[in-house]
Amino acid sequence: MALETQDIRDRSASSTYAPPSGRSFHPEVAKLIDVSRCIGCKACQSACMEWNNVRDVVGTCDGSYTNPADLTDQSWTVMKFYETEIDGQLNWLILKDGCLHCSDPGCLRACPAPGAVVQYQNGIVDFQQDACIGCGYCIAGCPFNVPRLRTQDSKVYKCTLCSDRVAVGLEPACIKACPTQALSFGTKEAMLDQASHRLVDLRERGLARATVYDPPGVKGTHVVFVLPHGDRPKEYGLPEDPRVGPLLALWRSGFARAVGVFTMFGVLVAGVLHYMRHGPLEVPEEQEGPEKQERGS
Amino acid sequence: MADREENVLLPDGQILRHGNGERIVHWAIAIVFLFLFLSGLALFSPLFFWLSLLFGGGQFMRFLHPIAGVVLVLLFYPYAWRLRGDNHWSPVDTNWAQNMLAYMRKEAHFPDTGKYNAGQKLMYWSMIPVIGVLLVTGIALWQPWFAPSFSPGARRASGLVHAAMAFVMFIGIGVHWYAAYWTRGSIRSMVRGNVTRAWARFHHPGWYKRVTGKDA
Repeated sequence: MALETQDIRDRSASSTYAPPSGRSFHPEVAKLIDVSRCIGCKACQSACMEWNNVRDVVGTCDGSYTNPADLTDQSWTVMKFYETEIDGQLNWLILKDGCLHCSDPGCLRACPAPGAVVQYQNGIVDFQQDACIGCGYCIAGCPFNVPRLRTQDSKVYKCTLCSDRVAVGLEPACIKACPTQALSFGTKEAMLDQASHRLVDLRERGLARATVYDPPGVKGTHVVFVLPHGDRPKEYGLPEDPRVGPLLALWRSGFARAVGVFTMFGVLVAGVLHYMRHGPLEVPEEQEGPEKQERGS
Repeated sequence: MADREENVLLPDGQILRHGNGERIVHWAIAIVFLFLFLSGLALFSPLFFWLSLLFGGGQFMRFLHPIAGVVLVLLFYPYAWRLRGDNHWSPVDTNWAQNMLAYMRKEAHFPDTGKYNAGQKLMYWSMIPVIGVLLVTGIALWQPWFAPSFSPGARRASGLVHAAMAFVMFIGIGVHWYAAYWTRGSIRSMVRGNVTRAWARFHHPGWYKRVTGKDA
């Protein structure tokens, strides 16, 4: 359910804007994932299951520590482990995968069901399963391949950034569980500030290419990463330059809708005008034989 | 074809234009198309999402839409195959197409027009690829069974192409509906099956000549 305590900024498939808020102060929030501090303990993954009451099926080991192998409708955050060679050295990269809560969310743009995807004033992008119709357009629209369709109820699920906790002033469950302070939560401004301090540390310690991952192609995200090897986001399973993309932008655009609807009425109007000007095409009187054509269509 | 045309001359002096099977399949296609069009419109534009209420709500409509699409394909292609003999493009059709605007102003008449005129043949030949593309792109979007096999990029492209083809189809069917209403006697021919000799002689002289053996 949409949380009444969090005002809505944007709402899927809605021609009207969300009502203006009576509240004037809406800080944007963010989760900061400092990959350089993460030890891959999966406490965040467990805390997510615990708070959200989701339990995945026991799967099979794919040879890495990643378990389950990918995000599912029951696993809204998954620790991903990558073994990769960087500068001739083996690196074991760990990334807490999940929804990034884009400022320009592809899922929200793609969604045809009014109100099934909402974006709160604080930046959290949330799915409202009661309005979801299970078409999966959000999955096609997500630049990070995050939403998952649950086949049992044909509705889509993903990380809510614990919108229910945030609404009452608590931090998300994953933040609460992290033992190494790799995860922090606060205003986006504070998190970016904290991240930039961390970058200074990391660069002093030899990680010259460490960066903050807050991709501008989706107008920034509300989950921000500190990546020690920031020049190679792909090694962490993150796209280099995620964006909504021209295909989705055109397909779900107001322009396409306007062209479609105006043409539809255009065909109707053209038919009416043609009929008014020329009347029906009938067999001329003189050509009709003894078996006269019946009137009507 | 010739042997089937032996018995299109009805005892009451009229001519059978569309047999029972052909008419039933035609109207089945029309009903399925109407559902696909209205439900597709609801998915395409939020202004029309309320149409989902006609079909048991958004989720049920979304479930039904691709199934109806497959039903349309299963009805349409055998139907098109059956009509293929009367839809070969001929020089008279090129002439008709070039003078289409004059025909719409009732200023042109084409004495060799066969069972279908060039406008009808254009409809026939455009729907064959359009419905095919709608099927393929629709499968790429079909949750939960088929879409996961396609990449998100392929699904976005399919969504765009599916909408564009549906747009072409709507224009085609819109013109088809209007032309049927405008040409008096043609809706009746698709409901009851028969037309008068005068109607056949005036609108489809080539066909009239072929089935009656008389000059138009």
